[in-house]
Amino acid sequence: MSISLSEVQKDYSAGSRDSVQIGPVTTEIEAGGITALVGPNGAGKSTILTMIGRLLEIDHGQITVAGHDVVSTPSKAIAKILSVLRQENHFVTRLTVRQLVGFGRFPHSGGRLTLGDEKYISEAIDFLDLTDLENRYLDQLSGGQRQRAYVAMVLAQQTDYVLLDEPLNNLDMQHAVQMMQQLRRAADELGRTIVIVLHDINFAAHYSDRILAMKNGQVVKHGRPAEIMQDKVLSDIFNTEVQVIEGPNGPLAVYY
Amino acid sequence: MFKTAEHQSLRRHSKPITSSKHMRNYVLVMAVLVTLAVGFTVAVMSYNIPVACCDERWWLIAGMRRDSLLTIAVVALAHAVATVAFQTAVNNRILTPGIMGFGSLYTVIQTAAAYLFGVGGVVALVGVGPFLLQLLAMMVLATILYTWLLSGRFSNIHIMLLVGVVIGGVLGSLSNFMQRMLDPSTFDVLTARLFGNISNARAEYLPYAVPIVLLVTALLWWRANTLNVMALGKTAALNLGVSYKRELIIIMALVSVLVATATALVGPMMFLGFLSAILAYQFADTYSHRLLLPMAFLFGYTILAGSYFILRHVWDAGGAVTVIVELIGGLVFLIVLMRKGRL
Repeated sequence: MSISLSEVQKDYSAGSRDSVQIGPVTTEIEAGGITALVGPNGAGKSTILTMIGRLLEIDHGQITVAGHDVVSTPSKAIAKILSVLRQENHFVTRLTVRQLVGFGRFPHSGGRLTLGDEKYISEAIDFLDLTDLENRYLDQLSGGQRQRAYVAMVLAQQTDYVLLDEPLNNLDMQHAVQMMQQLRRAADELGRTIVIVLHDINFAAHYSDRILAMKNGQVVKHGRPAEIMQDKVLSDIFNTEVQVIEGPNGPLAVYY
Repeated sequence: MFKTAEHQSLRRHSKPITSSKHMRNYVLVMAVLVTLAVGFTVAVMSYNIPVACCDERWWLIAGMRRDSLLTIAVVALAHAVATVAFQTAVNNRILTPGIMGFGSLYTVIQTAAAYLFGVGGVVALVGVGPFLLQLLAMMVLATILYTWLLSGRFSNIHIMLLVGVVIGGVLGSLSNFMQRMLDPSTFDVLTARLFGNISNARAEYLPYAVPIVLLVTALLWWRANTLNVMALGKTAALNLGVSYKRELIIIMALVSVLVATATALVGPMMFLGFLSAILAYQFADTYSHRLLLPMAFLFGYTILAGSYFILRHVWDAGGAVTVIVELIGGLVFLIVLMRKGRL
């Protein structure tokens, strides 16, 4: 049970002179815990994540999640084992937090919510501390609260695998830390496998179990945070002088 | 007792109607709309019939009025349902299916007939055969456009819309060009046809238009849950297991059948669908298409039947119905928008 990628490749603007190629990537993301995808801009983190989440077509290669090929397995079946959340989520409908989270049950209920569905929805809402806000409309929420509501939706989907594309974007310190703590709990208490694209290497080091570092469309390092959090490794990945110092809660990368 | 627990679980629900106040509002708006709709229907059927009840002539007049109301209902249903579904599919509440160039295609067909065959050409476009042909032409255009643009390597709603606008523009200038070379009397006949007009519809079209519109509406109604999810946008819909591209093409095809039927029936109406949809969003205040669609239809029917009654029977200016729909409708829309402060 894991996410496995074999020779996965994506060609952007193929044929033109400035074509960009992501991959081929062959790797395996173990089930359980949090895996962070890190790397400089344009390394292909989001590309890989969205291809695993079958939001983006794969040009070559194969991705399987818990043994299911993400391309050939019906989308509906995939939606019960894997959920994926991208950063830009704007839509025109007016929804309350609870209604949005309720949509997470769609793969199971087909739109007709049962009492069992409502129970999962309540759990997801409580889990992310949205209980008091559940009847608010999304346009009455702050960015951080809204982000939490989206995460509650994918948790209510009750999938073993949860993919998140930069969920900390636009969050301040407090909300970023809260979000990571809640994801940590989702991994530990609910047993979800969480794959997450992160920009801040320190967040990745502190909260994740494994780090998958990418650069120029290739996986350059895949291992425990301790293996990645080293001066030379990080400097190579990010093309910047990085110094790792020992902080109060583990190693910290300093780069400014 | 277990009552508290049950109460608790009932209180925390994710249904499309959030509270009893919301429920009250929805029911109230629906009740008012139904009352108005029935009122206008009765008014159109009974107002000022010049002959005494129940002889042959009375039945003739009543039958004609019934056909007009049926046309209004079909057009309102088609435009309201098509616009709501279209706006959900493209995730935008300002665009309408009209942007895809249906009106322009209708115009170009009518103008070409007038240009090539004179007044006789325009008149020849009346009848079941030409009606079905126009319907088919519009459906073929739309289906080619949608399947080509949505399944090909573009696969992008914005490109599809842009191509639709460009095609509409091209067809529009083509019509304009031909209209410039018409003689005044032909132009006059043509102009009357190019305004959306209830009287354009013939009773013999209805046996075709009614089942088509009802069937397509039923298909969209059946997909209401999928529509709800698609309103969340492409990635959210994909995440929730909706085969987005397939659903998008199906919805666009159904929408184009609806709009093509309504356009072939009475001519282009730009604003009716937009107005019905926007009012339904404002007053229903819910994501659920099962609640939005009936309200949008009732708004469409009330607006159209109301303006038809007042203009045709009270002021004797039947041709101006769409003009008034756009005038009053635009004002109502602005007022509602100003008061609510959001789309």
